[in-house]
Amino acid sequence: MANLETDFVGIKSPNPFWLASAPPTDKEYNVRRAFEAGWGGVVWKTLGSEGPPVVNVNGPRYGAIHGADRRLLGLNNIELITDRPLETNLEEMARVKADWPDRALIASIMVPCEEAAWKAILPRVAETGADGIELNFGCPHGMSERGMGSAVGQVPEYIEMVTRWCKQYYDRPVIVKLTPNITDIRKPAAAARNGGADAVSLINTINSITSVNLDTMSPEPSIDGKGSHGGYCGPAVKPIALSMVSEIARDEVTRGLPISGIGGVTTWRDAAEFISLGCGNVQVCTAAMTYGFRIVEEMKRGLSAWMDEKGHASVADVVGRAVPNVTDWQYLNLNYVTKARIDQEACIKCGRCYAACEDTSHQAIAMKPGRVFEVIDAECVACNLCVDVCPVEECITMVELASGSVDPRTGRTVEDAYANWTTHPNNPAAVTAAE
Amino acid sequence: MADPLTPGIAPARLSPQEIASNFEDLHAPLSPHEAAVAADRCYFCHDAPCVEACPTDIDIPLFIRQIATGQPEAAGRTILEANILGGMCARVCPTEDLCEGACVRETAEGKPVEIGRLQRHATDSVMARQGHPFDRAAPTGKRIAVVGAGPAGLACAHGLARRGHDVTVYEARPKPGGLNEYGIAAYKSVDDFAAREVAWLAEIGGITFDYGRALGRDLTLEGLAAEFDAVFLGVGLGDVNRLDVEGADREGVDDAVGFIAELRQASDLSTLPVGRNVVVIGGGMTAIDVAVQSKLLGAENVTIAYRRSQDRMGASRYEQDLAATRGVRIVCNAQPKAIHGNGAAAEIELEYTAEDGDGGLRGTGETMRLPADQVFRAIGQTFVPAPGLEMQGRKLKVTGAGRTSMAKVWAGGDCTPGEDLTVVAVAEGRDAAADIHAALDTDG
Repeated sequence: MANLETDFVGIKSPNPFWLASAPPTDKEYNVRRAFEAGWGGVVWKTLGSEGPPVVNVNGPRYGAIHGADRRLLGLNNIELITDRPLETNLEEMARVKADWPDRALIASIMVPCEEAAWKAILPRVAETGADGIELNFGCPHGMSERGMGSAVGQVPEYIEMVTRWCKQYYDRPVIVKLTPNITDIRKPAAAARNGGADAVSLINTINSITSVNLDTMSPEPSIDGKGSHGGYCGPAVKPIALSMVSEIARDEVTRGLPISGIGGVTTWRDAAEFISLGCGNVQVCTAAMTYGFRIVEEMKRGLSAWMDEKGHASVADVVGRAVPNVTDWQYLNLNYVTKARIDQEACIKCGRCYAACEDTSHQAIAMKPGRVFEVIDAECVACNLCVDVCPVEECITMVELASGSVDPRTGRTVEDAYANWTTHPNNPAAVTAAE
Repeated sequence: MADPLTPGIAPARLSPQEIASNFEDLHAPLSPHEAAVAADRCYFCHDAPCVEACPTDIDIPLFIRQIATGQPEAAGRTILEANILGGMCARVCPTEDLCEGACVRETAEGKPVEIGRLQRHATDSVMARQGHPFDRAAPTGKRIAVVGAGPAGLACAHGLARRGHDVTVYEARPKPGGLNEYGIAAYKSVDDFAAREVAWLAEIGGITFDYGRALGRDLTLEGLAAEFDAVFLGVGLGDVNRLDVEGADREGVDDAVGFIAELRQASDLSTLPVGRNVVVIGGGMTAIDVAVQSKLLGAENVTIAYRRSQDRMGASRYEQDLAATRGVRIVCNAQPKAIHGNGAAAEIELEYTAEDGDGGLRGTGETMRLPADQVFRAIGQTFVPAPGLEMQGRKLKVTGAGRTSMAKVWAGGDCTPGEDLTVVAVAEGRDAAADIHAALDTDG
């Protein structure tokens, strides 16, 4: 059985599954239940400065996007950082850490962008025995209006400055949590690295309005007829998170910076994908909120089984394996030619491929008597839309044309050699290949 | 006291509670969430096979998508535009042979989208709201007689009334609905649905019902043609086939269609007599309906005897399975030879059959006897020819959208060629209405 133990910037945990700083990690009670259920680590719900805690709304905090059978695809929240006194949280953290020394316990912190504020809270956190801190520069709602959360995460200079303070006043690992509500995720990541961060974690939630109530004309979740944008998370955001993670993993400035992956991790497979794109571990929230803490068992067993199957002895062995295959569009091989192929035995004759291709693509599927659907190679650009809309898995596949064969669409012979846009004759900026 | 073992033909074999429970809705209505889940399974096929399979061409993918997007009433309207009796068809259509049989998910998984139940969800939604969903056009002054208030006649009447014509519907029986009211198993149309549907349909306005008026008895075709601008005949099949065996006239040998009508009209099913040992002769839907309902009334043994092989049965496989799960025994390749008894029927003698190569059937000489204090004939119904109209085989000859050999006279439903299904009758009535309207406009 594969070893799931991880060492993330010196923080050891029995598996790579941490609970993200969020409602599930707000209290000792929840966190103890999480550890009993087998979570490898917990990032405690974000702490604020000493003094009267923030307050939350007293109406709904969450909005949702549902798929078939009310499957939760996306969740949106307007909950703020912990609304319990700092002292209470610190006491609980210390007790839990003492009882669960093998699990990772991270303190998430969000205090004003002033050196004194950070200098005040960091020693208090250190006393709890927490394994590290995560700087919440991500929350897009509420706190950002007060100059914290994503308001900091959107200004790389602030990120670098605060990170530097934390490294100065705290001697354990510092993880900087990034907001996706920014144009280029590499900039805040680079700023974190410049400030001395041990790692970044991403993504935090995305600005969102999940729906509008068409009777009251109020965005959901509605508080007395008004709504505010919230932070979007859950399975729906995973593709965005994977892309941002990969950008940091492959950019020359940020390459090698440890990443804790967050964003819609629901199954072992999601976790494996984040890890393959360079994450040292993953953080989970929505899946736990949807199914409860015991969902981690499937993640652990699934990841372990897959690692065994592939011969990966440790999580570290998987980290970043897919990163070399993430590239820019301009480097994609234009001599790679495929055509859609429909398995007539598997086809159930729904005709979705035909409708999609005929109406919205390249008219490359013929509908023949008896509802037989066949690909017209001379028209097929291999866009993959038919594969994506087909309800039967593996019924339509993309088959590579062998080198030396002729693509009936272009009339060109398929070449074995790799060639991309940078050298393509249609590219005005093409570089001539060396003779 | 209810006693299932009472000999002969007797009422109250089960307690009123048991009978009430037995005759509950065969398929409970879908809740909104169940409907959403069921609707989500639809693939929205291109040129969908289910639509092709529907005699009334309901845009099934569209109405299912309307349910999925939270508008069941709009979905109902989509259905009713094509099939004004979409509510009844949702309950009685042999969907396993029609839309659901053609569903690509039937091909893929043997589990089609539940089109029938979704259709019921949608039509129930729209019928539950106040008011009729369609508007009547300005009056045209044209008058049309519809003979027969069954599915064909009702669909035709609505189609004509909606176009502004005045329609008089003549019906031989005291209530409208035809087989929806007097035929069809009770558990497929609970809570007086057939009558409610007709009342709802008539809300379009411009339709007058005249009951107790039968063609050939109270009305003549010539008289109607002279009085009205057009006539539509939806008279159904007026006669049942005879059983030509020794003892067929014994007490206890009954006509299945009549028994079902009696059952459908009974205000208290526990007063309806049924045999302890029931044998049904036939292999169609009527045979299944009478057999299952006999069982539900408390008959101890119910057997369907069909003279050909099982795959030739008119009843769908689904209906056969329904009968089997209710405890009905189906015996195939057995034809009645004699009904024995000392006065009333007590036993039926069946002879096994073999099919020769060209569709013919012969008795093998081997016989068996089953206890039978009640024998139901469910061996088909026939059209009673109307004087002055050409026939095609045993039914009325029609061309185009139901035009008979007589000017100004259209026909549709079971009295004309084509499958004897509610949904087919609706399509024929609907199309005849459009054709009559066009003809009247041309003439006028």
